[in-house]
Amino acid sequence: MSNALKIKDLNVYFGDHHDLFQAVKSASFTVEKGSSFGLVGESGSGKSTILKALTGLAPQWEGEMTVAGQQLGLKRDRSFYKTVQMVFQDPYASLHPRQSVDQVLSETLKLHGFSDINDRIEALLKDVGLGPAFRFRYPHQLSGGQRQRVAIARALASEPQILLLDEPTSALDVSVQAEILNLLSDLRAEHGLTFVMVSHDLAVVSHMCDQTAVMRNGEIVEIISIEDMRAGKTAHDYTSQLLHASVNRVA
Amino acid sequence: MTTLLDVKNLWVKFPTRNGIFDAVRGVSFSLGKERLGIVGESGSGKSMTGRAILQLIRKPGMIEADHIALQGQNLLNLSEKQMRSVRGKQISMVMQDPKFSLNPVLTVGDQIVEAYRLHNKASKAEARAKALEMLEAVSIRDPERVMKAYPHEMSGGMGQRIMIAMMLIPNPEILIADEPTSALDVSVQGQVLSIMDRLVKERGMGLIFISHDLNLVSQFCDRVLIMYAGRVVEVCQADKLHEAKHPYTQGLLGSLPKFDAPRPRLEVLNRDPAWREAPSVESTS
Repeated sequence: MSNALKIKDLNVYFGDHHDLFQAVKSASFTVEKGSSFGLVGESGSGKSTILKALTGLAPQWEGEMTVAGQQLGLKRDRSFYKTVQMVFQDPYASLHPRQSVDQVLSETLKLHGFSDINDRIEALLKDVGLGPAFRFRYPHQLSGGQRQRVAIARALASEPQILLLDEPTSALDVSVQAEILNLLSDLRAEHGLTFVMVSHDLAVVSHMCDQTAVMRNGEIVEIISIEDMRAGKTAHDYTSQLLHASVNRVA
Repeated sequence: MTTLLDVKNLWVKFPTRNGIFDAVRGVSFSLGKERLGIVGESGSGKSMTGRAILQLIRKPGMIEADHIALQGQNLLNLSEKQMRSVRGKQISMVMQDPKFSLNPVLTVGDQIVEAYRLHNKASKAEARAKALEMLEAVSIRDPERVMKAYPHEMSGGMGQRIMIAMMLIPNPEILIADEPTSALDVSVQGQVLSIMDRLVKERGMGLIFISHDLNLVSQFCDRVLIMYAGRVVEVCQADKLHEAKHPYTQGLLGSLPKFDAPRPRLEVLNRDPAWREAPSVESTS
């Protein structure tokens, strides 16, 4: 199977000369086409930073990143954003408060050069399980789960192959989380998508992914398949600690 | 079991343009020297219940109840001034996010000393010694340094421990913790909870633990109230939460992804309008 995504010796930095901070330290991993890859770790471990570097939101990076066979440079062109799209953590912050669902989606579709915008908006809303009635609503008229559905529709608008999911359900209630996770699984099966999912919740990652990287202080300490993780076959102590903490919540 | 707090028929109402909105609708429960969990989704009224006990509902919100009795004394009959001496001294509250709940322009030490001196006649030196002792009790390694630090210099877990120290220093009888660990990483959550648990046990306090996290509550608390749309739909022993009878509780449990039991799809909650209308369940302790 071919690789959808390959990252080799990635370093990401923030800040300038005298207070340079290295947020990601020589991270390497490959994600196969059609699979779902998790990134877990505590806050500040650099998991979201990898997604930011991929999408060009963290410009100070070095190393090799290959997406769908294309090596990435400093600039991203339109074909990159047609291949890769991102869904952010907080659906309350990632939608423009004064743009209706229709405006959000039609602008995205226009930017990607589609002409049959009207039909596509209807199809997208249907895809994410929102009826046509939602088309002219504003974000404040939507619940958290509905907003995240709009954000997913926006990400799907360019018909990407890879979706980067940055804690897509951590701002939502568990019952709504279940709906969104089911929706994401369905969409992956339907469109043959590849997922890279960042989460601090091991249960969510184990539900959604085939393989996961465990991160601490900017380093990937272990890449482990979910079956091995369930069986407790961890190679690194930190992974076992994390596992222990998420099963026995009260120390 | 001795009853510390007894709440009877509590309502919290907010007037809106479309009439009165009831955030909490007729909740009754009593609390002894135990860990009582209140769980529910956002908007279920769990935080409002906690705040209403301390009368921390901002106007134009209204609190109505038959009584909120703290060891026999009805808190609803107290003046605002009397209420101020109840808050902190008898019932105190730990909030969700230390970033927004600690004063950013005062040092940690000043804030803890203030919390102590507000309720106890003590010299500055005495209060300082007490504060250091309290910081040590919440497992802060270098209390001298932390006393001089400002909240922004602390990590989330440290901040939360500082807040617990501050809330426990007046030695209250009841601690209300509103999502005290939701902003923290799992590994830090465990530490903070065990510290809180130890202190509550040592001092024989009652704890009201408000959370959206069912697994956490079932492991940490003795008894759980499950709230839906402002009402208590079920009360059960925390270790028997997984045998819950109400379809809402079962639905919530079913919607959680489970680490050790993988499933291709998660259950989705089908909300029955009847849950909203059914009367609150009384807690029996």
